[in-house]
Amino acid sequence: MSFRNLGNKTVGRIKVGVFMLALIPLLKLCAGAYSDELGANPIEKISHVTGYWTLTFLLITLTPTPLRRLSGWPWPVRLRRMLGLFAFFYGCLHFLTYLVLDQFFDWDGILEDIVKRPYITVGFPAFLLMIPLAVTSTDNMIRRLGGKYWRLLHTLIYPCAIGGVVHYWWLVKRDLTNPIIFAVLLGVLLGARAVYRPRTTKPLYSKIVKR
Amino acid sequence: MKPYKTPAIPASEITPKTLFYARRKFMRNAGGAALTALLPQSLWAAGPFGDLKKSPYAVEEELTPRKAITSYNNFYEFGTGKEDPAANAGVLKTRPWTVSVEGEVNKPKVFDIDDILKMAPLEERIYRLRCVEAWSMVVPWLGFSLAELLKRAEPTGNAKYVEFVSLYDPAQMPGQKSAVLDWPYREGLRIDEAMHPLTLLTLGLYGDVLPNQNGAPVRIVMPWKYGFKSAKSIVGIRLLEKQPTTSWMKAGPNEYGFYANVNPDVDHPRWSQTKERRIGEFLKRKTLMFNGYADEVAPLYASMDLQKYF
Repeated sequence: MSFRNLGNKTVGRIKVGVFMLALIPLLKLCAGAYSDELGANPIEKISHVTGYWTLTFLLITLTPTPLRRLSGWPWPVRLRRMLGLFAFFYGCLHFLTYLVLDQFFDWDGILEDIVKRPYITVGFPAFLLMIPLAVTSTDNMIRRLGGKYWRLLHTLIYPCAIGGVVHYWWLVKRDLTNPIIFAVLLGVLLGARAVYRPRTTKPLYSKIVKR
Repeated sequence: MKPYKTPAIPASEITPKTLFYARRKFMRNAGGAALTALLPQSLWAAGPFGDLKKSPYAVEEELTPRKAITSYNNFYEFGTGKEDPAANAGVLKTRPWTVSVEGEVNKPKVFDIDDILKMAPLEERIYRLRCVEAWSMVVPWLGFSLAELLKRAEPTGNAKYVEFVSLYDPAQMPGQKSAVLDWPYREGLRIDEAMHPLTLLTLGLYGDVLPNQNGAPVRIVMPWKYGFKSAKSIVGIRLLEKQPTTSWMKAGPNEYGFYANVNPDVDHPRWSQTKERRIGEFLKRKTLMFNGYADEVAPLYASMDLQKYF
């Protein structure tokens, strides 16, 4: 069996498997909360875990495209929507953790954070950018927007992921190991797009500008 | 219907009087033990240190559980994660251990840790601890004022500052293999801060010896300063004429100042210091000036611009 071309049935099975795997971080958090094993500062732990997985899923979502261009495998692209929605899902949990558990609806404190704390100034809009992407993720929305505009809109994932990594980089106190790893991986994923451009299609922007 | 007749109790079923009273005594003792466990450590500390001197420095706030104090630590020598010190500090050998006192002193000395333990009566001091990361605890430390130790070395008139040097031993401290800070960990105080009675040479926690992850065998604690000032596992104390540069000042000069007094009006450049989360509580509480120790320490900084000397 070749990994290049997989049947619908196989891809469907892979999708189910990835779906289950993607829920593991959440299940582990729930189990930890239930058995009181999230440590002395559970709110911080929940915030860190949900943030970590938001970024991780953003990076995984950015992988199928360069993978297809490099290896010629078309099927991982079919997992992309689900992966992106998981990034949004963990992003929502991360944002809700901040809103409810950390700040407990202290609107003044939240506004001050957004204005004065650079890591939140960049992290909050990065989260907001995911909302239009999630909303337009359905087949129906792709059809209504048309592939061209839909694809242009979904390039928002680039500033969103960059914002997420910068958010992480700016919030750690001293040990930059993890932010550096995320930054390098993101650099590779974005760099691969620049190097391995599809041969058939012209750059998207020039087409739109011409109209 | 026949009226019910209480059956006669056979003699074998009756508890002998001695056992009957023994049970009462057992229950009394067990109850007492259970009750004792709920009291503050100061009232039941017949631990390794025997009777502890009562200290006036005891905040009347709920103690943070021992488990939280010993499992949620910033001690980068053992890793930068909060759980790393508890996981990695077990290998630290705390005997033999000496602390040298040198520099601007008439009598430079090298103290053995077991002599330090006998130097002055140990007090239990219940201090607030405020981390620069905006969380806080209430900790029952054991120790005595650092001044007790310093005066034995007779600081000279040139001694304006005190530097604390922590152990440097990458074989025991895996975190030191990374250049996350400039090792060994260095902290410092002005001499009047170091001689202030609140500055605690700390040798124990919760009635027992200091756990390794909390800075065994000896550390300092200044409750009105952010936690990172309170250097752990100290091997050297140097009295200096000039202000030393601390590890955190080198790591981030615009983020970590020499004084690092808890101050809700001076934000960390990247986050607010107006509030803090007390470990174990849900809603944040307001951070107090000098962490609530303004009555004791505010005079030390009477004429200083605390925005500048943060």
